Amino acid sequence: MSVTRPETRPEEPTLLSTVPQDPSERPTPGGRRRPFAPLIRAWRQLTSMRTALLLLFLLALAAVPGSLLPQRSVDPTLVDQYIVDHPKLGPFLDRLSGFDVFAAPWFAAIYALLFVSLIGCLIPRMRLHARALLRRPPKAPAHPSRLASGTTFETSASVDEVLAVGRGVLRGRRFRVAADPGSLSAEKGYLRETGNLLFHVSLVVLLAGIAVGGLYGYTGKVVVTDGDGFTNTLVQYDNFNRGALVKTDRLNPFSFQLQNFEAEYQKDGTPKTYRAFVALRAKPGGPTSQHTIKVNDPLKIGEAKVYLINHGYSPHVVLRDRTGKAVYDAYMPCVAADTRNLTSSCVFKIPDTGLAPVGDLKKVQQIGVRAVLAPTFDPADTRGSIFPALLNPRLAGVQIYLGDLGIDAGTPQNVYELDTTRMTLLKVKGPTGASTPILDPRNKQADSVTGLPGGLVLTVDKVKNYAVFSIKYDPGKGLVLWAAIAMLTGLIGSLLIRRRRVWIRASAGPGQGRTVVEIGGLARTGSLTAEFEDLVRRVTARLPEQG
Amino acid sequence: MSGLSNDLFVITVMAYAIAMVAFAADLAFRRAPSRLVRAAVPDAVAADRTADQKVLVGSAGLIAAPPAPPAPPQVEIIEEPGRDYGRAARIALGVTLFGWLTHLVTIVTRGFAARRVPWGNMYEFSTVVAFLAVTAFLVLLARQKARWLGVFVLLPVVLYLGLAGTVLYVKAGPLVPALNSYWLKIHVVAAMTATSMFFVSGILALLYLAKLRRPEGNLLSRLPDAAALDRLTYGLVAFAFPIWTFAVMAGAIWAEAAWGRYWGWDPKETWSFITWVIYAAYLHSRATAGWKGKRAAYFAVAAFAALIINYYVVNTFIVGLHSYAGVK
Ligand code: HEM
Repeated sequence: MSVTRPETRPEEPTLLSTVPQDPSERPTPGGRRRPFAPLIRAWRQLTSMRTALLLLFLLALAAVPGSLLPQRSVDPTLVDQYIVDHPKLGPFLDRLSGFDVFAAPWFAAIYALLFVSLIGCLIPRMRLHARALLRRPPKAPAHPSRLASGTTFETSASVDEVLAVGRGVLRGRRFRVAADPGSLSAEKGYLRETGNLLFHVSLVVLLAGIAVGGLYGYTGKVVVTDGDGFTNTLVQYDNFNRGALVKTDRLNPFSFQLQNFEAEYQKDGTPKTYRAFVALRAKPGGPTSQHTIKVNDPLKIGEAKVYLINHGYSPHVVLRDRTGKAVYDAYMPCVAADTRNLTSSCVFKIPDTGLAPVGDLKKVQQIGVRAVLAPTFDPADTRGSIFPALLNPRLAGVQIYLGDLGIDAGTPQNVYELDTTRMTLLKVKGPTGASTPILDPRNKQADSVTGLPGGLVLTVDKVKNYAVFSIKYDPGKGLVLWAAIAMLTGLIGSLLIRRRRVWIRASAGPGQGRTVVEIGGLARTGSLTAEFEDLVRRVTARLPEQG
Repeated sequence: MSGLSNDLFVITVMAYAIAMVAFAADLAFRRAPSRLVRAAVPDAVAADRTADQKVLVGSAGLIAAPPAPPAPPQVEIIEEPGRDYGRAARIALGVTLFGWLTHLVTIVTRGFAARRVPWGNMYEFSTVVAFLAVTAFLVLLARQKARWLGVFVLLPVVLYLGLAGTVLYVKAGPLVPALNSYWLKIHVVAAMTATSMFFVSGILALLYLAKLRRPEGNLLSRLPDAAALDRLTYGLVAFAFPIWTFAVMAGAIWAEAAWGRYWGWDPKETWSFITWVIYAAYLHSRATAGWKGKRAAYFAVAAFAALIINYYVVNTFIVGLHSYAGVK
């Protein structure tokens, strides 16, 4: 069988794609004599498809524990709980970064390798592709009709006429055409490779955008009770995470006041809308403006955004001394234990009670309170709240402890938990005389606990809403979005466009004045059948009598 | 309206079950098609063609595999039916179409009953995914006589709907605020579309693996040959993968709007990522020497398993932001 080999210079194979060759099939330049040969071989191994495949799979595998174990980045309290519940396994997993999987060194190692592999394989692929774009399509084989899609016929038109018609048809179908004596080569669908490269390059850019956000961005959470304000400084946050390059003394200088938080519910208690009305001051000393923050609708202040992420209730706690003077007065947020009807657990810590230290050791006398808040209390159902709105609030199961809160020891404490190891439970008297009283903040006769030492009286006389805001600043977000759009565009091009080649060869036939025409086509992926048949139909339609 | 939707749901499942039996009968009593396909191309010609091809494509011989497959829009005919539509086939097709219509009305009436888009919870999501999977099957059927696929699509669809109608069922009701957003609708539509196609591709990958193991198995010999199954799997994945990518991106945009971060490694996001990466690995494996065929099919199956884990296991057993009814 005689076939004309198309130009196959070893460096520029006439591939239909720039997929790197298997490193085991590629010759190492210089062989053993070069000192860098092992390095070159390692590099090729790293940038091969097989390695990329392996790394992709490893990455997927490495992400699995991140979804099964609680993660600090998602909910640190769950992690603490897990470690407490699993005293042996917990610390072990912690040492392996099991609770920070996505910040773990081994996770970073996999994606760093993938990143390097990706860049390393992209550069030569781009060079190859650029060359392919400049080069003419490869010459026709001897018998194009023997290709996967191929056909042959005779016509009375001359060789030149056939090739002119073929060129017209192929050009009309936006093929790139090159002519040789007696044959045409045409190619189309370069965008497939372009799209594929765009996809991979965008992936690199996307990762870069994520890195920018990680280094220069910050996020924090604040709890703000109705009427209170927030100023964007580090000390005001309840919880703050920042990138390595953030300057905490130069955060975006805005402040706002929560004027009113409003929640609406369906009859069955499912939430309908949440709205936080705030007065924003974008710059110190600047004018204020009114805004509404909703769940999916944050407040934007330059590059920073304020999201409404949660809400709950803050009872107003007042501690009065014998003379009726308030020694303590604050709104204390309670944490919803039941997300449906907002039965909330409350902890009030009152470090300064005005009581003198007792005993030789001068033990402080601080007060800690545990209670359960039911926004809608039903005497018939003592398990908790029966509706999430504040219809008939009660503070139940009030327990008051006296002693050392442990705040001064310097160890950080969770403000929503009470450590009673150095405290004693007091016998107190509620409005009805019960020792674990139920307080009604809307009833002056039933809102106080008495029987405390020194004639102190604890009153809960109001309950307000609070909102939890999450404040985010991510300067890499825009880059990530654009990279994602480019990625998707490239991907669609890469997967839906087919690169294909068509050849036409015409030669004088055995019969007088007859020309034998052979047409063949090849696609790297996908079938050419329909398109090929259409091309052949167009060519034959413009030629005289075939057979 | 809600009651009507539920009644139609039951009718749909019954129709699919009947169609499934009819498709099975059609498959069982038909001559094996693969023999016909093989007879169509004389061996000598085929060998010649491959030789030519290799030269043209260059030293690496990257097109050693037969010219491959495409996205659904331009697929080739991969089945030569033994005889044309017999009685079983006509019943199967008619009942499937009927079931498809009642399925559609089930979804529409559900939407009216709840006065919102009908994909707000797991029951509804599953119902729509099953609907789209049957739709994908019908499209394949129209384009390439993929009748043999009927029983293999309808069996899991019936089981899936059965599960949805019993275990996952909830009454029609409004959405919680966090779920009520523009991007969410887009996100969910894209996710459901991709899921339904992955569903069919997963079935095809399994059939491919079964076929490799026992090419002459009694039932399996009636399916198209392994290469055709492989191509069809690829075609579906190649079509669905960009849609899935878009779904993940739309989800990220929604998460950014709702929670202020586009990505937070919440379990749901983590599994979407895992699914995406395994499908990317599948696509890569098809371009990697030594990983084509069987290993690629394992990736396709693993990726679909990750998808199922994402929707059912993660939603039910793992708590994350996505599992909360309202705002966290
Ligand atoms: C070392 C890194 C990588 C290398 C060497 C690499 C190489 C390639 C090559 C050569 C192709 C073309 C395959 C073909 O035309 O059939 C390709 C396609 C593709 N790559 Fe990568 N890639 C790498 C990393 C990634 C990563 C990290 C992803 C994303 C997770 C990815 C996603 C894709 C997708 C979706 C395709 C399209 C598949 C297709 O065209 O059939 N790649 N890759």
